[in-house]
Amino acid sequence: MGSGSSLAVDVSMNTVLTEEERAKFQDSGVIRKVLSTSKTIAIVGLSPKSERPSYFVGTYLKSEGYRIIPVNPMATEILGEKCYPDLLSIPEPVDMVDVFRKPEDCIEVAKQAIQIGAKTLWLQLRVVNIEAGELATAAGLNVVMDRCVKIEHGRYSGSLHWVGMNTEIISARRGQRYF
Amino acid sequence: MAEQKRKFGFETKMLHAGHIPDPVTGARAVPIYQTTSYVFEDTDKAAQLFELKQYGNIYTRINNPTTAVFEERIASLENGTGGVATASGMAAQFTTMMTLLEPGDEIVSSSHLYGGTMTQFTHTFKKLGIKTHFVDPTNIDNWAQAITPKTKALYGETIGNPRGSILDIAALADLAHSHDIPLIVDSTFATPYLCRPLDWGADIVLHSATKFLGGHGSSIAGVIVDSGKFDFSKFKTIADPDPAYHDLRFYETFGHYGFLMKARAVTVRDTGAALSPFNAFMLIQGLETLSVRMERHVKNAQAVAEFLSSHPKVDWVAYAGLPDNPYHALAQKYTPKGPGAVFTFSIKSENARLAGKNFIEGLHVFSHLANVGDVRSLVIHPASTTHQQLSDAELEAGGVTAGMIRLSIGIETTEDLLWDLDQALQLT
Repeated sequence: MGSGSSLAVDVSMNTVLTEEERAKFQDSGVIRKVLSTSKTIAIVGLSPKSERPSYFVGTYLKSEGYRIIPVNPMATEILGEKCYPDLLSIPEPVDMVDVFRKPEDCIEVAKQAIQIGAKTLWLQLRVVNIEAGELATAAGLNVVMDRCVKIEHGRYSGSLHWVGMNTEIISARRGQRYF
Repeated sequence: MAEQKRKFGFETKMLHAGHIPDPVTGARAVPIYQTTSYVFEDTDKAAQLFELKQYGNIYTRINNPTTAVFEERIASLENGTGGVATASGMAAQFTTMMTLLEPGDEIVSSSHLYGGTMTQFTHTFKKLGIKTHFVDPTNIDNWAQAITPKTKALYGETIGNPRGSILDIAALADLAHSHDIPLIVDSTFATPYLCRPLDWGADIVLHSATKFLGGHGSSIAGVIVDSGKFDFSKFKTIADPDPAYHDLRFYETFGHYGFLMKARAVTVRDTGAALSPFNAFMLIQGLETLSVRMERHVKNAQAVAEFLSSHPKVDWVAYAGLPDNPYHALAQKYTPKGPGAVFTFSIKSENARLAGKNFIEGLHVFSHLANVGDVRSLVIHPASTTHQQLSDAELEAGGVTAGMIRLSIGIETTEDLLWDLDQALQLT
């Protein structure tokens, strides 16, 4: 995965954020940089149940070559990976913290993400907590909010297009992964 | 990484949305992937594809890279979140309803519909335990009164076939949403160039892509586009665990893609009404010129409607582009560039049925056939063709009269169309 070339794109659909918030927390360049540079992703709130959205995302990310670390106090192992009760218990560096939790839980998750030196805080679709986002931004983390990491990976790698979805990408350049 | 933010315009999307030039060959035109199936990367990836945990190609009955270009492009033009192409417009309706409805459910539909749709909703749906209440769409109260606790959707055509009534989409969307049900709009006659129902609050928009989207009259196709905005969390068929997919909850898992994923991975998969990649390619060729064709279609339609409305042999003309038409105000709101190019008129005659026959047989440029939305001008007599399966009462409810002629105005030289109509009217 290279860093890809620039895109003239404004992904504006399917979010509850305002335009100003989108500029802060859904920047296409930031999202692509994060997808490209992250190797280890801690998934907070990953469910052990195979029909749950978080399990779909975990399966997808692992299959796409990311190292995933489940964070869930109710489980010991998910998707063949050792599960930790919280971010602070993880004994190795984490690039991205991907969050499937209620919005009100996100401040604590953001604080822990900052504490363990994560580079990115990613709050999933409709997991919106502006204060948590500002906190992580102030600590120097990349922050993505109200977006699904699987959908964004599919958008910029081309696979989301294969199921007929509107990626909002327009480009006359020769095809490539955009990250 | 500095990013340019850009909202591209309709014509740019018409040419580029959904297609990035092929990475291997650089082919500029959309390649036709005429294949039934796709080699899996490995067994794990194959399993994940079947469980919908990966986006990818499995089998052309479910998806295809050429068809995906058509799907994304029309979704982009309609400002929708995605699309599912089907083998025909009828299949698009059927797929939508079979995805949303269960036996015992009801829908409320405009009665100003294509006859084939009325037949599908009335007779085929009855066999599946689904009841359709048809209402005169021009009064919102008719819709409100027909809604029951069993009603799961409202349905209408942007420009009603054949009488050319204009659907009050925003008012109907409000009504539907006050009952937590989606508004589904067939926008075949308008195309996204003339009206985008999702922008007015509709939830799902359907097309017979056979018509103006293709334009060439060469390929049968349909498409479903979802806004992604309707809350399906309490909508049983989309929200509840699906036993066919290990109790997957489509809305919870796919969110704004939930309805479309279910339509594709369950309904189209099971009914088999997939679009062929070659036809998708043909539709893409059509979409690339949609705006320029539609501008010409509505310009000719307006000229023909004005010509006929002042012709001594014409009884009436039902085109919402005419100032005295009852739908003129709605047309100015919803289709300001022009209310399509399909409309009806009636010949002034003691024997309307015979006059209609003589007129049609006297035409030189208009083709007598059962289609609309071709680049060529078309003509038909609905009472004896498209609507002939309907009873007299159903005909009347649909606004069809015995002497009514339906025109689909093409992009020929305007004066040639006026000449042809005039000389054929002289034979009546």
